[in-house]
Parts: sequence; structure tokens; C-alpha cells
Amino acid sequence: MPRQSIQKYLNNKYLAYLIAGLFLLISILLGISIGTVSVPVPTILHIFLAQIFGWIPLDKIDPMYVSIVMDIRLPRVILSGLVGASLAIAGAAFQGLLRNPLADPYTLGVSSGASVGAVLTLFLNIALPIIGTFTLPLLSILCSFLTIFFVLAFARKIERSMRVETIILTGIIFSSFLGALISLMIALTGDELRQIIGWLLGSVSMRGWEYIKIILPFSIVGSGILFLNAKELNAMSFGEERAHHLGVNVQKRKLIVLTAGSILTGAAVAVSGTIGFVGLVIPHLVRIVWGPDHKHLLPLSVLIGGGFLILADLVSRTMISPTELPIGVITAIIGAPVFAIILIERKRMERRG
Amino acid sequence: MLKLKHVSGGYSGEVVLKDISFEVEKGELFGILGPNGSGKTTLLKMISGVLPYQSGEILIGGKRLQEYSPKQLAQKVAVLSQHSSESFSYTVKETVSLGRYAHQTGFFQTWSKQDEAVVQRVMEQVGVGAFQNKNIQDLSGGEKQRVFLAQALAQEPEILLLDEPTNHLDLSYQKELLDQLTQWSSENRLTVISIFHDLNLAGLYCDRLLLLENGKINIQHVPAEVLKEERIRKVYQTSIQQHPHPTVAAPQMVLLPDIPVVKPEAEINEAMLSLSSEMITLRSPVYLRTMSSGVIGSGTGWHRTFVNRHVDKNYNCDDHIQEMAEYLRSNGYEPIDTVGMMTAVFLEDVVVKRLEGEGFSLVVVVTAGVGNAIDASKGEAHTYGLVPGTINTWIFVNGELTDEAFIQSIMTATEAKTKAMFDLNVMDGVTGTTATGTSTDSVLIAATQMGRKLDFAGTITPLGKLIGKAVYQCTKEAIQKSQKRKSVC
Repeated sequence: MPRQSIQKYLNNKYLAYLIAGLFLLISILLGISIGTVSVPVPTILHIFLAQIFGWIPLDKIDPMYVSIVMDIRLPRVILSGLVGASLAIAGAAFQGLLRNPLADPYTLGVSSGASVGAVLTLFLNIALPIIGTFTLPLLSILCSFLTIFFVLAFARKIERSMRVETIILTGIIFSSFLGALISLMIALTGDELRQIIGWLLGSVSMRGWEYIKIILPFSIVGSGILFLNAKELNAMSFGEERAHHLGVNVQKRKLIVLTAGSILTGAAVAVSGTIGFVGLVIPHLVRIVWGPDHKHLLPLSVLIGGGFLILADLVSRTMISPTELPIGVITAIIGAPVFAIILIERKRMERRG
Repeated sequence: MLKLKHVSGGYSGEVVLKDISFEVEKGELFGILGPNGSGKTTLLKMISGVLPYQSGEILIGGKRLQEYSPKQLAQKVAVLSQHSSESFSYTVKETVSLGRYAHQTGFFQTWSKQDEAVVQRVMEQVGVGAFQNKNIQDLSGGEKQRVFLAQALAQEPEILLLDEPTNHLDLSYQKELLDQLTQWSSENRLTVISIFHDLNLAGLYCDRLLLLENGKINIQHVPAEVLKEERIRKVYQTSIQQHPHPTVAAPQMVLLPDIPVVKPEAEINEAMLSLSSEMITLRSPVYLRTMSSGVIGSGTGWHRTFVNRHVDKNYNCDDHIQEMAEYLRSNGYEPIDTVGMMTAVFLEDVVVKRLEGEGFSLVVVVTAGVGNAIDASKGEAHTYGLVPGTINTWIFVNGELTDEAFIQSIMTATEAKTKAMFDLNVMDGVTGTTATGTSTDSVLIAATQMGRKLDFAGTITPLGKLIGKAVYQCTKEAIQKSQKRKSVC
């Protein structure tokens, strides 16, 4: 089995973090460097050192480069990195909790739920007092939270054992319904459709530092909560009853994990629209290479997920430049086949044993 | 250790268990039995705290179940459930390590040296240490079950709850697991409470049993009391028969199939006998229930060929059972189906008699030689030696005999033989007194178990009368024949 040998070779956890970290770093540099105007990597590093640390003067650098890096590409790369990381770790957590390798914010319908919240805020111009700009993520989070609970309650109603396929099917039903709801809302507001559809398929373009401020706190809080529940996720991936026997306070932990997952998904959708399959592909990949232990699966998913979405964004804006593809198109092109492969693998395993 | 007081409860709205009270002592192996749907698993779920109960009290170590936090409870009680599902390919060690969850405290829950030691120890105990880096998804059902047992033991519990632990295991692992559990419960004072489907396993291994019937306790007692034929038949509503375990003082149950057996009408008669100078053979068309003291097929059993083999006077073989089995096989007889005896007597001197009783009949076949006739009351005067040349008595009964009738048949036959010796004045060559038989006599009682039921075979019962008469006559005649041959020689 090649898988086994890969796992053994890369079993060293320090090496795992080193590789994942390098992947993220290279993705960031590529993301900033490549575009209609390409910025050489040394120049990028120079600008970083000057702008962020103030160690060296900026004299010799073209101000256009500085503007491209600091105002356009860096915020974009950071934003896509944060969105990718959030979606990947949320997917890993949902999968562990539901013992379902096909679960991710998108297939569960949570992203669609978050979209409803975001569309409500964006197109109806809702701004709650006091929280101001945070109305968008908070409403998205609230809607994701409600969606995941409805999906799980519904799936349990269909079938007490909550088979993998049942949950996914329920997620698709909710996705379709919520998607239709969004279309209806958009049609009623009568805005320009192209822009809205672009947003719905997911995009991280032209968001600027403002959006990073919106997502950052939620990403940190959500990921932090999940890191602290890695052990419980390990136990729960053997089934809730067994987790209970092992001493896990299942009801409490489940609520915490679902909340954290909703926070991450809601915040990501609020700033970038629905980007599918990141939460499915990344944890699956990390699991194949480094094993399913959530203590490492979660942080590695963050690193790889961030890097992956930065690269996906790079492809989406350079492939048919100067036109930009929605980033969700790229992730779906990669993600949907992976989804199919996992499904086939699962069926094969069920037949075997 | 564990105490239940009037516990009732079940799933939402539906009461499955009613008024359950029992107590399990530390170090006990306690079995829970009952038909499907009697509430066994529900009971286990309540004790493990997964399912809340509606009324009553469950005390663990004197403290109420609800007062334990999930972690505290996991340090006291570990569960090995019937189903295991694992969606991701954790390694064996990762899986077992999860058992330490309840023991890890503090914010970062660090992995201590002690945790590592416990995990390594339990993996060795259940024999999964060798493949601790393998993925559990690649293991067989039995290996998985052992991994999860190791996980439960890594919790270092005081009580181990098992839900049909032997379900996915093949015969040898079933025995191994239960032997181990017995050992741990006696050595480490581990309290084991287990659901059993297999009454015989429960009877063999448990100190006490609890029998559930429709959510109520039918009885809780030692296995011998619980596994009573009548009780099990009533609770499980099926036909079973109890019989003793051959080596352990534990009751065992066998199922009685309800298949309408179309037994071919079979009656044993003289025509089924075939005779050569080498052996006398009787082939029965059906299996006969036998009780015998032959070389092959001795004890009780079911057999359908019967062989009395002539061997030389000086026949000597270290392993005569093995030699006899090979001999039978080489002559086309399956040893497992056969009762085989040996004699040095000339087989032409066999005497066969058939007698009719009311609703039954019997065929008696005797070969006799009294070369080493012995007075049973003075046996100590003789040295031991296996000498062929003896009185072999076969009694075939066309009727249904109880175990009691089998034993009485042997007694009656022996008494009749002795009387024949007495009447012929056969002497014990060493002591000079009247002999009662020879030192190597064999007897076979075989019954078709069809036709009239014969409960007894004492000397004045219908069967006993016939056996006594036939054996006496046959033995007498056979001895006379052999004596005549001797005098001729």
C-alpha cells in the first residue's frame, strides 16, 4: 500500500509542520508576486522589511510596487489564506464530529445558511447598532449555526443512526432550499445580477484590509476553540456513545465544536461568499499523509488550507486574465472529483469489511 | 461495587426495564442473560450512564451515578460495546491511547510517562502490542475487538461492562477472551459485568447470572440455579435440554431441533451381522445410541457400525487404540462411527440370540473365552495386564432407552454373565474360587431410540428380564463352545 509508506516516511510531526509551513509561505509569496504586473520576490521581501519592520528605507523601490503589494495583493492573499484556513479546519472538525469524511461546510449546507445571513445584511443594508461592521459576520454565523442544527435534527429524524449519506443528502436539500431563498431575495431587490452571482460563487477580490479585520477575530477564536477540543474530536470520531464511555462530556463538547465550526464558516462566507469543497479536500489530504489524529490534523489543515486557497485564488485571477474567475469555480473543479473519489473509496471499504 | 435499587426506565416514553434491583461485588464476573428485547442492552446503557433512568437508584462504589462527572465515571467504568465503527484510519496505539482521556487533567492534558506505560501494558495484555502501528481499519473483526478491549482497559476501570464480547470472535478467541477476563477479575479484582447470548459460555465462566424476562428480573443466582432446563425453556420459549459439562461442574444447554425427523424405520436383527474369522460386524442402517466399554467408541455416543475383532493371543501393541483405529480404517470403517472391541476368542464360537418383548425386541451377541477368568472379589491377587480373550457382550435394543435404563442394562447383563460363569463353575486360576468374569470383559448397549420407551432395565422390568435371559443363555453357550474347542485341541 503506497499510502502506508507515505505515512511512515512523513510520520515525523516536526517535518509535517515544516512542510506545511513552507507550503503556506511559498503560496503567499507566489500569490503576491504573480499578476498582471509581476513583482519579483526579493522586492516583496524588501517591501515587507521596510513597511512592517521599518528596518530599511524604501527609497530604491518603485512606489507602484509598494502600492500593488501593500494595498492590493497582500490583503487579498491574507484574506484568501484566512478563508481557506477557516473552511479547512471547520471541515476537519465537522468530519470528526459526525464521523463523516464527506462533511464540510459546503456539503452540509452551512455555507448556504451563512450566505442567507450575508445576503440579508448586504442587500437589505442591515446594520445593527453598536456592533456596526460586525453585523455581517455575526448574522452569517447565526445563520450557519441555525442551519447546522436544522440539518442534523432533520437527518436524525430521517434515520436515527445518521448514516454518512443521509447527512450529506440532508445538507444538499438545505443547500438547494437556501440557495433558492437567496435567489428570490436578490430578484426582489433588483440589483445587478452579475456582481451578485460573482459573490455567490465566492471571491476574495477587491476586499481590502477592512474585510481582514472582520474575519480575523473569528478565525482565531474558532480555531482556538477547536484546537482545545482535538482530543474530544478524536474520541467522538469513534461514535458518541464510545466517546461518552471514554469520559467525554459529549453534549457539551458537541455544542462547542458545532459553534466553533459555525463561527469559522459564517465569518468566511461573510467576507468571501460560498467557496465550496476546501473543507472537504484539505482535511482528507492531510489525513492521508499525516494520519487522522486531530491534534495535528487541525493545525495542519489550517496551514495547508490557507496555502491552498491562496493558490486557488492565484489561478482564478491569472487563468483567463484580465477576467477573473470566481474562486469557487476553481475549488469546485478540484473538490467535486475528490468528493466522488472519497465516496467510491468508502463504498469499496464497506463492501470489503 | 455496583448496586441497583428498584431501577426502571427505557427510551423516551417507553418503559423497558421495570424495578431492577441487584448488587455486584468487587471482583465478580456477573453475567446478564435474556432473550432478545428483554432489556439487556438497555440495562447496560443505564449502568454506563448513556441512558438516564426514570426511577430508582444506581450506586457505584457507594456514590450515585449522577454525582459522577463523565470523566470520573470513565475512571470507574469502562465499556466494551458490541458494535465498533471507525470512520478514520487511526493506528492501534492512537485508539488505545484514547482510553487515557479520563486520566489526563490540566489545561493541556499532557501525555505522561504513566499514560504511556499503561497503554503499553494493556496492549501486551490483550496481544495487540505487535501491531500497534497498524491502522485499525486494516484489522480483522476479532483483532479490532481486542483493540477496543485494550482501550477499555487503558481506562484502568474498576468495573468493566461488556455487551456480548464474544460476538465477532471465533471459537478460540472467545475462550481466550473469557479466560483472560476470569483471570483479571480474580487477580486484579476487576468487576466484570457482561451480557451473554451464549448460555453455555455464561454458565462456564460467570460467578453469578441475572436472567431478564420482558424487562423484569426472572432470577439472579449461581449458574446452576439459573440455567435450569424448565426455566430457560419458558423464558426463551424454545426446546432445550440441559446436560452436564464433561469436565467442569457447570450446566450446559443443548438445543433440540424442531425439524420433523423422518427416521427410517429400523430394527436391528441377526441378518445385519456378518461374520468372518477376522471380525464380527454389525452395520446398522441408523445411528444407535450407545453406552459401551470398547477399545474404540467407548463411553456414550451415537454409532452405527460395531466391530468385534479377532486378535492373536499374543497381541501386544503400545497404542492399541491407535492401532485399532487404523485397522478399522483400512477395512473401510470410519472409527468415529464405530464401536470396536477386541478378542482372542475364535469368532465362529459366537452366540447370537434374538428375543421379542412387548413392543420391543433385542439382539444379543456374545463371544466368550475364560482363559483368564477372575473372581472380582479377589481381584487384588492378580497383577494388571491387558489380555485379549475375554467375554464381549453386545446388546442391541429396538426401543427407546433412558440413561438410567442404559446403566441398568449393563448391571443386568453383568449379573447374568456372572451367573453363567457360576453355573458353569468357571474357576479363577489364581485364587481357586469361582470366577465372575474375565479381566478384560467389554459390554455394549445400543438402542435405536425408536419404538417403545423403556425407562428401566432392572432385573425384573420387561427389558431387564429379556436382557438377563438372553445374556445368560448366550454367555453360557459361548463359554461351553470355547471350552469344547479347548478340550478338542
